[in-house]
Amino acid sequence: MQFDFGAVLAEWPLLAKGVAWTLGLTAIATLIGMVVGVACAWVRSSGPGWLKWVVGVYVELIRNTPFIVQLFFIFFGLPAAGLRLSPETASIIAMVVNLGAYATEIVRAGLDATPRGQIEAAESLALDRWQIFSRVVLPPALRKVWPSLVSQIVIVMLGSAVCGQISTQELSYATNLISSRNFRNFESFFIATGIYLLLAVALRQLLNWLGPRYFFGR
Amino acid sequence: MTPSKRLIARATAALALASLAGVAGAQTALDDIVKAKEIKIAIPTDYPPYGFVGTDLQPQGLDIDMAKLIAAKLGVKVELVPVISANRIPYLQTKKAHLVISTLGKNPEREKVIDFTAAYSPFFQAVFAPKSLSIKSFADLSGKSVAVTRGAMEDQELGKVAPANVDVKRFEDNNATVAAFAAGQTQVIATGVAVAGTLMQKNPSLGTEFKLLLKDSPNFIGVAKGEDKLRLKVNEILAAAKASGEIDKMAVKWLGRPAGTLPE
Repeated sequence: MQFDFGAVLAEWPLLAKGVAWTLGLTAIATLIGMVVGVACAWVRSSGPGWLKWVVGVYVELIRNTPFIVQLFFIFFGLPAAGLRLSPETASIIAMVVNLGAYATEIVRAGLDATPRGQIEAAESLALDRWQIFSRVVLPPALRKVWPSLVSQIVIVMLGSAVCGQISTQELSYATNLISSRNFRNFESFFIATGIYLLLAVALRQLLNWLGPRYFFGR
Repeated sequence: MTPSKRLIARATAALALASLAGVAGAQTALDDIVKAKEIKIAIPTDYPPYGFVGTDLQPQGLDIDMAKLIAAKLGVKVELVPVISANRIPYLQTKKAHLVISTLGKNPEREKVIDFTAAYSPFFQAVFAPKSLSIKSFADLSGKSVAVTRGAMEDQELGKVAPANVDVKRFEDNNATVAAFAAGQTQVIATGVAVAGTLMQKNPSLGTEFKLLLKDSPNFIGVAKGEDKLRLKVNEILAAAKASGEIDKMAVKWLGRPAGTLPE
């Protein structure tokens, strides 16, 4: 068997577009997903009872079903209910919903680990509930669980490979398209594997750098 | 030799043989089939009436009947390997199947990587859309979204004739392509006549109709590059089946019309 990586690399505009989509989807999903995660984690640890129940159902529903099924439900299923989304929007929603559920549980673990005394100390300083949560409880909680969160975000980025199934033009879609055009399957997926590996390592480094600077101090 | 040693020896021999086949293009497929008394044939399960899963959960359809016919004429058992449009050719290249009988059309791109036998059934690809959508020529597709199965013949053909600003949405298999069109995610669908037939039958409310012919492309059986012995043997079987009327009978059974004249 002879290898021809040139045939795949010649399609670099497709690959570049794929990488851009993968990164774009991941960036948006991470930003919104984190907000969802923190909000839901707050609800689960100190929100009103009925909302706790709603969030609990959401988290269990998402964490106990496959990502591709969630994606197909949004893209192929929701139109039956009159909600028609573009492949890109459907992908982003699926990723946000997915990351949100996992982030909820991860952040909640951090919140639960906050010593009771720390909150009482904040109360004695006359901080209001929002101040206590955003300044006293959340930053150390995020610091504790940051490695898990980063891992989860990387998993979501790698999981975005599935979004090509509904014709979102991310990296796996580009790879599949290239290999179905030139039949260079081994080379196409070899290159895609390398790119995913680089992206994952770079994303991890970036988040490990960003976290202490912007979310929870050093 | 102990059984495990024998296994290693066999594996080594097989590996050596495989690398030899890779280098010299040795024609071993037919001998392998006869020796193993079994032929692996890749068939579709998402493409009625050519290949689909029946209510008894068994694959059935024209391609499956053809696979069984060839195995019977070779006097061996058949192992049906379900494939989708996109991985049919890789299955041949990686020797996961001896033959691909999966509505495979012949084109120069594919002829570079695999070989084809004579044709065994008629087929054509076309563009379909609701009656309400006016599409008289390929230029009318401009700005419209089209669902197509990635790597399928219609994907390649559409790329040649469609204007540059067509929003082509490629899906993994025919089920996803049809689902996307039926759910209204795309305005137009480019697919084989068989798929379109099922689509129209199951979703009459969409008002789908035939718009433009993409390509008349009878189906051929794919064999790995250079496996001439197997290819000629299959051609022999096909010629006999054409002469005896078995091929026409199959086409009538599954497609509702005789096969007509098929290219060699």
